[in-house]
Amino acid sequence: MHSDTIIAIATGPGQGAIGVIRLSGPKAISICDEFFFGRNLVKAEGNTVHYGKIKNEDDEILDECLATLFRAPRSYTKEDIVELSCHGSPFILSEIVQLFIRQGVRQAQPGEFTMRAFLNGQLDLAQAEAVSDLIASENKAAHSIAMQQMRGGFSDQIKDLREQLIHFASMIELELDFGEEDVEFANRNDLTELVGKIQRLVLELLHSFKLGNVIKNGVTTVIAGKPNAGKSTLLNALLNEERAIVSNIPGTTRDTIEEVLNVKGIPFRLVDTAGIREATDTIEAIGVTRTKEKIEQSSIVIYLIDTSNTSPNMLWQELSELNVHPDQLVVILNKMDLNPYTDIASYQKETLIKSDHIISASALNKMNVPYIKDKLYELVLADQSLQGQTVVSNHRHYDALFHTNEALDRVVIGINDGVSSDFIAMDIRSASHHLGEITGDISTDDLLEKIFSSFCIGK
Amino acid sequence: MFPEYDVIVVGAGHAGCEAAVAAANMGSRVLLATMNMNTIAQMSCNPAMGGVAKGQIVREIDALGGYSGIVTDHTMVQFRMLNKSKGPAMWSPRAQSDRMLFAAKWRKMLEENALIDFWQEMISGLIVEGNVCKGVMTGIGLEIRSKSVVLTNGTFLNGLIHIGEKQFGGGRAGERASTGITEQLVGLGFEAGRMKTGTPPRVDGRTLDYSKMELQPGDENPSKFSFSDTPQAKKQLPCHVTYTNPDVHEYLKTGFDRSPMFNGRIRGLGPRYCPSIEDKIDRFADKDRHQLFVEPEGWDTCEIYVNGFSSSLPEDVQFNALRKVAGFENMKMFRPGYAIEYDFFQPTQLYNSLETKLVKSLFFAGQINGTTGYEEAACQGLMAGINAHQSVQEKEAFVLKRSDAYIGVLIDDLVNKGTKEPYRMFTSRAEYRILLRQDNADIRLTPIAQELGMNHLENRIQRVEQKLTNQEEISKFVHNLSVKPEEVNDYLNEIGSAPLKQQVKLASVLSRPHINLPEIRSHITALDQKLNDYDEETILLSEVSLKYSGYIKREQELVEKMNRLEEVKLKDDMIYDDIQSLSSEAREKLKQIRPKTIGQASRISGVSPSDISVLLIQVGR
Repeated sequence: MHSDTIIAIATGPGQGAIGVIRLSGPKAISICDEFFFGRNLVKAEGNTVHYGKIKNEDDEILDECLATLFRAPRSYTKEDIVELSCHGSPFILSEIVQLFIRQGVRQAQPGEFTMRAFLNGQLDLAQAEAVSDLIASENKAAHSIAMQQMRGGFSDQIKDLREQLIHFASMIELELDFGEEDVEFANRNDLTELVGKIQRLVLELLHSFKLGNVIKNGVTTVIAGKPNAGKSTLLNALLNEERAIVSNIPGTTRDTIEEVLNVKGIPFRLVDTAGIREATDTIEAIGVTRTKEKIEQSSIVIYLIDTSNTSPNMLWQELSELNVHPDQLVVILNKMDLNPYTDIASYQKETLIKSDHIISASALNKMNVPYIKDKLYELVLADQSLQGQTVVSNHRHYDALFHTNEALDRVVIGINDGVSSDFIAMDIRSASHHLGEITGDISTDDLLEKIFSSFCIGK
Repeated sequence: MFPEYDVIVVGAGHAGCEAAVAAANMGSRVLLATMNMNTIAQMSCNPAMGGVAKGQIVREIDALGGYSGIVTDHTMVQFRMLNKSKGPAMWSPRAQSDRMLFAAKWRKMLEENALIDFWQEMISGLIVEGNVCKGVMTGIGLEIRSKSVVLTNGTFLNGLIHIGEKQFGGGRAGERASTGITEQLVGLGFEAGRMKTGTPPRVDGRTLDYSKMELQPGDENPSKFSFSDTPQAKKQLPCHVTYTNPDVHEYLKTGFDRSPMFNGRIRGLGPRYCPSIEDKIDRFADKDRHQLFVEPEGWDTCEIYVNGFSSSLPEDVQFNALRKVAGFENMKMFRPGYAIEYDFFQPTQLYNSLETKLVKSLFFAGQINGTTGYEEAACQGLMAGINAHQSVQEKEAFVLKRSDAYIGVLIDDLVNKGTKEPYRMFTSRAEYRILLRQDNADIRLTPIAQELGMNHLENRIQRVEQKLTNQEEISKFVHNLSVKPEEVNDYLNEIGSAPLKQQVKLASVLSRPHINLPEIRSHITALDQKLNDYDEETILLSEVSLKYSGYIKREQELVEKMNRLEEVKLKDDMIYDDIQSLSSEAREKLKQIRPKTIGQASRISGVSPSDISVLLIQVGR
């Protein structure tokens, strides 16, 4: 039986009505139970389904979902399994997976659930052979996907990180194995600085995970504006269909509508903030705060105004309150059907928005809507933050970097506490082990190579 | 003239001696064959045992019932615990022995074993029948039959000594090389290679001026290697440290054109961590001095070993350069340093029992496997001796895991990765360094050896049990004892640790950095009294287990995780060509190494995690 618990999104990539996250292993039920607010899963019987909410460490609700419980050995893997059926937003699924990874659950390798099923005697040999081929093919697929992802300089950065880690490790190991030799050792300050530098890189990559998801799961695009500016109408116009407005579920992160709009192959996750502000008109401040949060998380903001009741100066005030970067912003002067003589230039002058970032349109009559779509596409292509920058978009890489960072934290604490270097070396190994899950392991041969080439060793 | 032996050991160096006693102490009838009975257990190079990582190995050999530790304890002229300022995993015992006493003590211990016979002659070949080794043939044409053979030929197989432009056959200064075996093994299909090692000059201690050198005394309170009741050193000899200088380097360079290292005459690969002095000057040209250790060879001799000055430059260059070293101005030389090339066999041709894959009942140990160092050789000898016995008894091979011992790391590295240069142990090669400490080698290994059937360990098992009981008692005491601020605050302030605000348990104070039992005991009367009942070794063990429990626990978890793969066996007759999903590189390596477990397979270079998934599927349940 395996001692660790694994997790993966079980449903296919992309948008779906529901998305299923599967956990398998000895802690599947107990870890889920900590963040699942509904029925106590630890006490629940196998083969049962429970409704509840998933909250993160900060007590924020990530999603409402159904938890399907299987108890060992009556499950696919013959281990304890929990399947969480969530709403199908890739963003939410990813947040939930990350939550559990932070609790020590491990991202499953391709085919790992099936492999466990086989190893635990659930599948017969004929089935297993099929799995064997499957794993081989998935590994190849995973490899090519990984290679594609590394296009943006990811592999270079990891390689660089690895180099630095080897250098760091070699200085520690030198001190350990060759303490009797006539070599000078790096001082602790230099080591702390070096590990700090490595950690900054790791953190940068970790933070880029959100951005990575953007490309993989869609460009987050917030539609904002005062009530009745026509946001929902614009959303419907962009999607070219009528959608039910699910804006009245208060207090959850799903109180915004999320839909995916595909423009020339780029997915945009459209977030309509309409529900928020209109449902909380008595507490306007909260609405503003929530909209601001949404905007912070987004790559593009479409800001709508009703030209019939919003002057250029009012627009300027509204925008300055939101604090959006002008490159991210598209202003829609809506309801042009009602105000055919809207003076675009005056809005532009007042707000200093680039002229091609202001579009007058009519959401209701779908006037200039195709133009808006083109603009969105253009913005993605032009946005430097989405190009050329190193982006982590793979859960496994995120998992590895997360644990690398944890180990580096322990290294820093160790150095500060004056812990002796054999223990520090242990945490460096742990860090390099996790990093090695992305790049292929750092072997002691590398270390010794480094030591022998850089230092004069030997009596 | 000869009975049929269970085990014939060829060679009586560190590997051969350990192999002979291990097999005999398991109950086998052993013949130890050596070219010269007067050179049994020679310290051909440095008269020292142990050192970083190597000291841990000697402790492990001792815990398993080998004799290297015992012999060293009886013959040491100096003992130092290296790396004492670092963590407990790094503490490494090192002793210098009296070279002559060392060899004499070994020979005595071998002679005291009634199951060991001796034969002095060159062994020129093996008796191999149907891919099974059945004995040896000697230089004068004798056949000696046995159920197994352990080869520990050291540097003797086609040994070639270089001093400057001179070169001559020899296994060691003044001794003949051994011929015939390599050629026969190659004929049987073995792949042979060439390696190189070297040794520094020996000089006359009466001609040195020690006042120009730094003194390096032994430890004030010397420890020892063996977990048995060997004596503690009562007196010690000091070593000295001096340095080369730019004049020395310049002079050495004048001989470079006559150096076999640089003019291509030496083709074997030398160890990078034990470079010759010419190599150091050449590769690290910016260093204007190198450390030299001036080490006595024994109590009653003026012979000095110049550690750090290994060289194969012409003898006149060595002599004149050395005379430019501080303290060596009037030095007289006993013999120059030299380099030696010898045959070895890539150790990937062995199972992890050290039995060869091509010829059954034939075992290799020591430099023949591409290793360097007495300790590395001795531990392989021990393992080969045990496994020769096991194979004679048709019992399962004795294999130590990487998480059990440095010995496990060493053999696992050798048989899975092979080696390109003489392989020396480093602590960085062990992934579970925190667990493989010198202070717990007996706890790790003595019970295993006892269970295996190694005799003479009865007392030792009792000691281990007592040590564990004592550790438990100390641990309980430390967890229960409350410490008052007034007892320790002065001391805490003094060492820069935050003073206590209220009474706390000793365990929590001990968990702080820079706090240890030997120092804090003098401030806590109850503790001091309690610890008086226990020996230093037990106190150290308890402290380590208490203080570093977090690290130890994490490392143990890692071991458990990795060992699951060690338990999944791969069949010997596995046909890797039939497994389509393997990468072609992995398939070739797997066919060559034929790993016994998935865990072993995972450490072979070229076998990727996805290959391992495929193998896991194939082995089934």
